[in-house]
Amino acid sequence: MAAVQETVDQVRRIESDQYKYGFVTDIESEKAPKGLSEEIVRFISAKKDEPDWMLNWRLEAYKRWLTMTPPGWARVAHPEIDFQDLHYYAAPKKKPALASLDEVDPEILKTYEKLGIPLREQEILAGVARPEGERRIAVDAVFDSVSVATTFRKELEAAGVIFMPISEAIRAYPDLIRAYLGSVVPISDNYYATLNSAVFSDGSFVFVPEGVRCPMELSTYFRINERNTGQFERTLIIAEKGAYVSYLEGCTAPQRDENQLHAAVVELVALDDAEIKYSTVQNWYPGNADGVGGIYNFVTKRGDCRGRNAKISWTQVETGSAITWKYPSCILRGENSSGEFYSIAISNGHQQVDSGTKMIHLGKNTSSRIISKGIAAGVSQNTYRGLVSAHRKAVGARNFTACDSLLIGDRCGAHTVPYIEAKTPSAVFEHEATTSKISEDVLFYCVQRGLSQEEAVGLVVNGFVKEVLQHLPMEFAVEAQKLISISLEGSVG
Amino acid sequence: MNAIPAIRTKAEQDLGAVFASAGPRLPGGRRIAAARAAAFQAFAAAGLPHRRLEAWKYTDLRRLMRDAKPLAAAPDAVARAQAGQATGLFSGLGFRRLLVVDGVFVADQSDLSDLEPGLEIRAMRDLLAADVADLAPGPGSVVPEGEPMLALNAALAGDGVQIRLAPGTRLARPIHLAFRVTAGVPAAMFTRSAFEIGAGGSATLLETFEGPDGSDYQVNAVLDLRVGDDARLDHVRLIGEGDAALHVGTAVAEIGARAAVNAVSLTCGGGLVRSQAFVTLAGADTRAAMSGASLLGGRQHADTTLVIAHAAPGSESRETFKAVVDGAARSAFQGRITVRQAAQQTDARMMARALLLSEAAEAHSKPELEIFADDVQCGHGATVGALDEQLKFYLMARGIPAPEAEALLIQAFVGEVIDAVADDGIREALTKATAAWLRARG
Repeated sequence: MAAVQETVDQVRRIESDQYKYGFVTDIESEKAPKGLSEEIVRFISAKKDEPDWMLNWRLEAYKRWLTMTPPGWARVAHPEIDFQDLHYYAAPKKKPALASLDEVDPEILKTYEKLGIPLREQEILAGVARPEGERRIAVDAVFDSVSVATTFRKELEAAGVIFMPISEAIRAYPDLIRAYLGSVVPISDNYYATLNSAVFSDGSFVFVPEGVRCPMELSTYFRINERNTGQFERTLIIAEKGAYVSYLEGCTAPQRDENQLHAAVVELVALDDAEIKYSTVQNWYPGNADGVGGIYNFVTKRGDCRGRNAKISWTQVETGSAITWKYPSCILRGENSSGEFYSIAISNGHQQVDSGTKMIHLGKNTSSRIISKGIAAGVSQNTYRGLVSAHRKAVGARNFTACDSLLIGDRCGAHTVPYIEAKTPSAVFEHEATTSKISEDVLFYCVQRGLSQEEAVGLVVNGFVKEVLQHLPMEFAVEAQKLISISLEGSVG
Repeated sequence: MNAIPAIRTKAEQDLGAVFASAGPRLPGGRRIAAARAAAFQAFAAAGLPHRRLEAWKYTDLRRLMRDAKPLAAAPDAVARAQAGQATGLFSGLGFRRLLVVDGVFVADQSDLSDLEPGLEIRAMRDLLAADVADLAPGPGSVVPEGEPMLALNAALAGDGVQIRLAPGTRLARPIHLAFRVTAGVPAAMFTRSAFEIGAGGSATLLETFEGPDGSDYQVNAVLDLRVGDDARLDHVRLIGEGDAALHVGTAVAEIGARAAVNAVSLTCGGGLVRSQAFVTLAGADTRAAMSGASLLGGRQHADTTLVIAHAAPGSESRETFKAVVDGAARSAFQGRITVRQAAQQTDARMMARALLLSEAAEAHSKPELEIFADDVQCGHGATVGALDEQLKFYLMARGIPAPEAEALLIQAFVGEVIDAVADDGIREALTKATAAWLRARG
């Protein structure tokens, strides 16, 4: 008992206050007035110089949103969100037309430096003290509502890959945007997606043309900086026939005692033989030890495997946010297409996580795999909620699901809510889930061999999540591993 | 916001009419009458459960229940005698049979002779009339607030059986609570029964539900189970209703400390079956095993919903549920294991398996874990699939024709559940029922 007791005590002692990205960058910014109205939607659209069709799209979403009510089915509790008490647009004041990265506000660059995001291409290119063969990463940095910098654009363009802020893409590639935006997550999809459709300000757009293997990892770093703002980014990734792209996403926010809203929409489209790998390390500010403040993270992420042999893989490490409400899903439409979902969700303090996935099998011989690892500590609630369904025509659909939960402390909760729906006899679905605490025997074994309690717990937790970590791109795996230790500091060595 | 007047379905309107006309004639004193009125009001406010209610996601009664039947008339002497003489799977096993015909406990066709000391059997209508029956679920139960079909039962229950075992009473002879519906006008039957085993007692309870094919009668049966500390209960339920029947069965159970419960159910009849159980393991160190199988074909729809709450430390529960789905039938299983914070050292496991035998068959499973204690071992598993072609081939290669090979495999699949029955006679009868279903499948 003593061993676990000690761990529990230590977990209890660590406060979420240890959030190391909690600083605020002091830069001048432009904000839309508080509140949401048709004028604000028009204001955002005008700010972005958008064509009329885009404005109309937004207005339609806004009208739709007014008729909707927030979903209440998730196991999360929070005071009602006052949607009129938010700024829907905040942007660092910028100098006209940035010619190069050097013109980005040095304060912003410093922020990203502090976060460890390699914005400066030259540094990466210089490759000082970097192991040989390390892959380069193109970064799109989103600061509050706008994209402040995108690196490696020239090199990507040479390969035919479009990687740019979506606000720019709306102007530069209207045909592509009109064809794909909202085709995976329709504007009326759900309350938060509809809100996003009305007010999204920026995000990334990626287009990988037929047969191209994107030459480097693409990445976006989201940072909420301003007070009282909501971040509503929109990401759209299209992989044409035979294309491949790996995309990473990271998020942080300053420490504040109010709750900030983050309602993003991510849409992925994979055509024949294409593959999209989407990885997230989500580390929004989780609130302090008493559950004050923190980000409300209501995110809609969905991938559509439209072509034959298409593949979409979601990997997520969720350590931040006061509330996480997120179900990255795959629509397996194309024959032989496959979907994967690998997730580590860690909740500590007063965090509430309700996350999982949907694997919707529509096409023949589609397959999916779900590996979910939840770790609950403190007084947090950690829920896996997932759906695996096979349509009548999804002959030969195959799914394997494993959801494991680890409990640290006796005041937290871990829940598993899977839905398994088969409408064809040839579907083979397997689901297994376990919930337990770290076995005393295992800890005893490690300690007896000279490891400290801390190291032993660390070893077990690392072993527990390893299956998922190994699906992250290498750079992120390292960061994620660090994050996991911070999130569970005290219980992990 | 102005209240939007709810649109009442035909069935909901019918139920309102049934309560208005039959309500005043139902047994009960002032207290019961008030409880009925409150229960009906609660039901009417929410209406029939529909798919937007999470607990009824797979069984949309608002859509599936087209109308509500009037309450069944009490069976006449001929019907009683016929029901009494009818033989079934469990005839000749020497059980103490208690017969409920068309929702009415028929004492003269029931075996009430030589009651063992400590055993007490009473008609629920007498308890209702005397105003002493309890229609609300006990405190600490895991029944969702305002469970609609339970509320409807509280409003309209006319009879049933109350069986009580004094502490320390160990019954050697199983009790067979037989619910039979006679052929006749389509009607509705609302029964409320209670089974209580005092501390240290033990008993075997067999419940069977049977009725004629082709008659679209409606059954809403509630069983209130109380198992005392150190007691033992073996419970078997067979739902073999007629093929057009609507059956909603609710069991609410509270299990004491160090008790042992072994419950097995088999569903092979009924057009639309919802079988729900809300079990609280209230005492420490209890062992509970619950299993069930559904054999479905045609356009049958069977929904098994189970909530099992571990409320005290050191208990163990095992749940195994299987569905064999043929034709255009649908099976749904929703199972939730809840471990409350006090229930440390819980060991709970749940398994749901579905076997799909035809193109149009459907199976839905939702095994849930809800855990608030850390020192626990909990798990669940779920599988959906067709018959293993390799196993079938193995058998066929040894000279067994395809239909027989399939039957063997299905029987083995269901066998795991039936083998859990402790009583030899019941186990054999259930095996026979399975074999009969397989033969009918052809």
